[in-house]
Amino acid sequence: MPSTNRLPAPYGLLLDRDNPIAFSFENKRYQGIAGDSIASALAANDRWLLSRSFKYHRPRSILTMAGQDANTLVQLPADPNVLADREPVVTDMEVRGQNYSGSLDRDRDALIERFSKFLPVGFYYKAFFRPRGIWEMWARLIRQKAGLGVVDQSHEPDYFDKQYLFYDVVVVGAGPAGMEAALRAADSGCEVLLLDENPVLGGSLNYARLDVEGQRARNLRTTMIADVEANSRIDVMVDTVCNGWFADNWLPLIRGRRLYKVRARETILCVGSMEQHAVFRNNDLPGIMMSSAAQRLMHLYAVRPGRAAVVLAGNNDAYGVALDLLDAGVDVKRIVDLREDPHYDDIARSVIARNIAVTDGHAVYAALPDPKTGHLGSVDIRKIVSDGVCGGKGEIIECDLLCMAAGYTPTYQLICQAGGQLDYDDDKSSFTLTKLPVSCQIAGSVTGTWSIDSVIAEAGHAGTVAGNATGAVQQHISLEQPENDADNVNLPWPIFPHPDGKEFVDFDEDLQIADILNAVGDGYEHLQLVKRYSTSGMGPSQGRHSALATARLVARATNKTIASTGVSTARPPFVAERLAHSAGRSFYPARRSNMHYRHLEAGAQMLHAGAWYRPAYYGPKESRVDAIRSEVSNVRNNVGLVDVSTLGGIEVRGADAGEFLNRIYTFNFAKQPVGRARYALLTNEAGTVIDDGVACRIHEHHYYVTATTGGVDRVYQSMLKWNAQWRLDVDIANVSSALCGVNIAGPKARRVLEALCPDVDLSAAAFPYMGVREGSVAGLPARLIRVGFVGELGYEIHVPQHFGEALWDALLTAGSEHKIAPFGIEAQRVLRLEKGHIIIGQDTDAMSHPMEVQMGWAVSHKKPFFVGKRTIAELEKKQQKRRLVGFVINDPNAPIPLESHLVLDGEEMVGRVTSCEYSPTLDKPVGLAYAQPSKTESGSKIVIKSTGGTRVPADIVDLPFYDPDNRRQQL
Amino acid sequence: MPFGLLKYGLTKTYPAKHHFTQAATELKKRYDVVIIGAGGHGTSIAYYLAKYHGVTNVAVLDKGYLGGGGTTRNTAVIRSNYLTEEGVTFYRESVKLFQDMSNEFGFNIMMENRGQLTLAHNDATIRSFRWRAEVNQHLGVRSELVDRKTIKELVPNLNMSEDVRYPIVAGLWHADGATARHDAVAWGYARGACERGVELHQLTEVQDIEVTGGSVTAVTTNRGHVECGCVVQAVAGHSSLVGIKAGIRLPIHSYPLQAMVTQAYKPLLTPHVSSPQFHVYLHQTSRGEFVIGGGSDPYPLYSTRATLEQRESLAAASLELFPFLSQVRVMRQWAGTTDMTPDYSPVMGLSPVENYYLDAGWGTWGFKATPICGKTMAELVATGRVPEIIQPFELERFYRFEQINEAGATAASH
Repeated sequence: MPSTNRLPAPYGLLLDRDNPIAFSFENKRYQGIAGDSIASALAANDRWLLSRSFKYHRPRSILTMAGQDANTLVQLPADPNVLADREPVVTDMEVRGQNYSGSLDRDRDALIERFSKFLPVGFYYKAFFRPRGIWEMWARLIRQKAGLGVVDQSHEPDYFDKQYLFYDVVVVGAGPAGMEAALRAADSGCEVLLLDENPVLGGSLNYARLDVEGQRARNLRTTMIADVEANSRIDVMVDTVCNGWFADNWLPLIRGRRLYKVRARETILCVGSMEQHAVFRNNDLPGIMMSSAAQRLMHLYAVRPGRAAVVLAGNNDAYGVALDLLDAGVDVKRIVDLREDPHYDDIARSVIARNIAVTDGHAVYAALPDPKTGHLGSVDIRKIVSDGVCGGKGEIIECDLLCMAAGYTPTYQLICQAGGQLDYDDDKSSFTLTKLPVSCQIAGSVTGTWSIDSVIAEAGHAGTVAGNATGAVQQHISLEQPENDADNVNLPWPIFPHPDGKEFVDFDEDLQIADILNAVGDGYEHLQLVKRYSTSGMGPSQGRHSALATARLVARATNKTIASTGVSTARPPFVAERLAHSAGRSFYPARRSNMHYRHLEAGAQMLHAGAWYRPAYYGPKESRVDAIRSEVSNVRNNVGLVDVSTLGGIEVRGADAGEFLNRIYTFNFAKQPVGRARYALLTNEAGTVIDDGVACRIHEHHYYVTATTGGVDRVYQSMLKWNAQWRLDVDIANVSSALCGVNIAGPKARRVLEALCPDVDLSAAAFPYMGVREGSVAGLPARLIRVGFVGELGYEIHVPQHFGEALWDALLTAGSEHKIAPFGIEAQRVLRLEKGHIIIGQDTDAMSHPMEVQMGWAVSHKKPFFVGKRTIAELEKKQQKRRLVGFVINDPNAPIPLESHLVLDGEEMVGRVTSCEYSPTLDKPVGLAYAQPSKTESGSKIVIKSTGGTRVPADIVDLPFYDPDNRRQQL
Repeated sequence: MPFGLLKYGLTKTYPAKHHFTQAATELKKRYDVVIIGAGGHGTSIAYYLAKYHGVTNVAVLDKGYLGGGGTTRNTAVIRSNYLTEEGVTFYRESVKLFQDMSNEFGFNIMMENRGQLTLAHNDATIRSFRWRAEVNQHLGVRSELVDRKTIKELVPNLNMSEDVRYPIVAGLWHADGATARHDAVAWGYARGACERGVELHQLTEVQDIEVTGGSVTAVTTNRGHVECGCVVQAVAGHSSLVGIKAGIRLPIHSYPLQAMVTQAYKPLLTPHVSSPQFHVYLHQTSRGEFVIGGGSDPYPLYSTRATLEQRESLAAASLELFPFLSQVRVMRQWAGTTDMTPDYSPVMGLSPVENYYLDAGWGTWGFKATPICGKTMAELVATGRVPEIIQPFELERFYRFEQINEAGATAASH
């Protein structure tokens, strides 16, 4: 079946006529042509109704053919809210309408419009809440009616990715201005990117009429495209949208499924302008469209936009459209010129010469639907008496197409994001742009320049300026500013109120003149309040077609200038952007220690610690408890091995290393002997404990400091920050990922090491507790630190990262005769708890200071300064509110409290459990908790609010629970 | 059809009733109370002053428009599942006031009690959630630690796969979590205040604050000099800048906080879902749009620009939780300014200047505190006594080393 509205070649610049496309809309089959958008293919088949409006469910059709309205939003199976006038049609595409009940053609929800008088602006603020509780019912009902398309919840995300690009000059928009700017910039020898959201270069040259014969645009287009394509310095990206402008010319470009992040030294925004509708009754009927939309339909898609047309003229472009319509065989019934005494150009004169009826000083007062189809059936034109006021009697003209050439607004979004300011020129009745940032220029109709010669001159100037700023060759810049010799394209007041309303200002949100005025009448006078109260500009098109009319109405209603009224802030993205585009590929990196696969081979269950994976315990999940207990017991009785590679390591080197540590950590490091380690506690300025580790003095001017897995990046950052102020003679390096480490602990640890360490004297006298040595372990260069986190004889061994597996294997082999076994984080938690060691972040919180957690011994008060010293001194003077204590549960039948269960004094919350585990060594649950200071003596009792509110008594005991004399770690 | 809308359909002309002070109204020479900042907080204080304390010679001044700061830029989350006793008690009272607000105003703020689910992806987070749940329950706030099974029931379309980088292991379910039309809160308060004689002056910038002998006597605005009996500062986003005009140095750093909104889709998500691990939260509005937010920007700034990096981060995080949202389209991305205090709690009450009251440091928790803050601050201004519930939040706490640390309950939940 031939498409009824299809025009012959050479119409249809984008079409590949040899390639028909079958698709369906609302379950009905249609035939399109490759290159068609969904909307153009349907229009070619005389299918105009595409969607239902958000609130009143009015029938809607093509308005801009440029993706600047919500009228063409349709549903694809896995893609809701698709712009039918932008989305290419493809074979077997199943397109549906959205936001209707029943069928798109007979939408039962259209009934809502009958009640529109009862639904004034902001109606939902005014009702639905009395009697109390009724709102919940209404909220559910309103919510059901909300939203447009349906998200396919079974949709598997497609592959999207990102790419970085760098250019000297990026030109956004490849119309005549963009092409000229790119060419002239390239003249200076710089690298230029020219991009356009359309599939072909040319912009308005592809559809606009510049002369009576209709030749000039075509010729200019051919020449300019040839020049661009022949220029090796210009890269071209079509089907590409620049979706925002971020500081320093940081541009996100979207093409296909890729987000290109482009840094440009200079940008030239030749982004054109958006045609604006006139505001009159029923201006949203299918068949009423922007004049540029009709031209796009004909020239780009070979679609005849109607059979009998009326053209509403606010400028001479209307006459070019009339000529185009005549050429395409459309019966142009009338040109209704809004201007009282129009200044005609050659094109207009030629239209008049062809005996097309023109009525000056008239407006379309109302459009009337064809009662059968709902499509435009006729227009009621009336004489304009004064601004916005029409005479009493009109003339009805039958037509199925009304083209609105009522003026333009600059495509201001990117420019305003770049810092440009939107002003209003009362003489031109148009928004203008000023105050551009450096390295960003604009050219073409976006500046209000309309005649093609002026546009070319202006764009050439911008291109040369940008080229000279970045290129090798300096081109001559003419100081003469190009003259804009075009007539005004805008009228001050193409707005015509009607007593029965339905003169739409914002199509997305079904807002009529009265809604805007009533919002002002209710006191919402500031444009931002009008927007928020009426929702003008809050829909999918974000004010593209409503901002100008809204600003005009609000300005007049509040007696302000349009410039001071303004528009809503132009926020990114420029066009609605899929989450998938900015998300790209999922990138949440994982960190694995060098021994990671050894843990997996040994059957470890891994847990997350920040970005790290760490072994929780070794064995199947169902034997978790037994596994942990046996790991604990093996450390206490034989020897165990734990991977501590995730610990942070920071090297501090330089003449002031000791002084630096003295200022950073609470302890005193000045007199620390070389070859010794010291506990290092870190507080912030608020005196809160934020990290801990050990500081090993390797050399007088060299410390190696460990930090917690989760804390090291923060610790390193804060060290850099402080030394930026102190300027001490130190180098600070975060070597965490360069090293990996193990802790070998247990009474037999020394015996295992003796077999592997020929060059370190491991005897207790030569290498005592808290000693540090450098030597070799199994032939690997290693740092050995005698620490006692788990309360046994133990050595932390740190080796270069890639030796981790070799170290692990060597220790397990050498230890096999001593029953060595790896242990995980869970066993380590139990072991350290038995020993009364705290874990920063688990046993401390954002308020814990050293005295609260019984760490006063690690704070040197004699030092003149350390970070947090002053606060700690003040806090020490105050009465403590809580204290971290050790407790045991002696009642074998009591439920074991969970970490974070509350400690109560009566009903008052006085603290919480921070750690609690069953201790295999003590054979009862032990834990740490914050308790009231009066209950911190050994023998006191506290009450824990356990699962289900059960009060569990616990006995306070002195720490540590295990080996109070520290004999075992000092073996 | 609700009864309240009949009059609009049955009258020929729209019965417009100006909700606020007419823009042309001249400033008076003197007001008993000058409130700087016409956001939710400023107008709320004015409302409670006028309605419950009979104090009506009040001017609310704003350099911009009504509710144009934090009030309109926040993501409209109402909750009370904080961590400290002081915080939970304070926000619990706020939630109660929200629940009756539409009736209080005669203006529908469209409060929807949809619940809030915060997700844990590791053991440490479970521990902190249990802490919050225990404290909340003890104080009568509906908050509980929930397992994967319950999470699936609450949000069936959440990505519960274990074969992902950070599987969901548990959640904190806050049944009292809610949302409301944030702008309407400020409008309702302003309307109620103006009805009772309070003057709202928009586009009126306080440029200087006159302090004589330890008391404030007047403010200078771009529209002239105004004497006053006292001043309340309620300027989220600019607290330290305005405070310094009165000679008060506040322990506040201001950071941008960004959010974004998608186009409208048919409803598929009822509760508010957030994940501290991914620094993201999202909910679907009654219009069908998804509102997505996250953590504050990493450096202080007063600009309210949006950044590409934040959009990338929020989008990626959203898709980790709801992969099928990949086709959903972001329509708008914006920013507001958050005044961060060292302990993530607000500053309310007295200041070093005798009759100058502070309502500041609202970080990411200002909107949800609007009613209770207004009510208690109004009581303070009217009676001179600091209500017990806000005593812990006074500026003095920083000098006494008695911070109220909410850091654990504010990250990426707002």
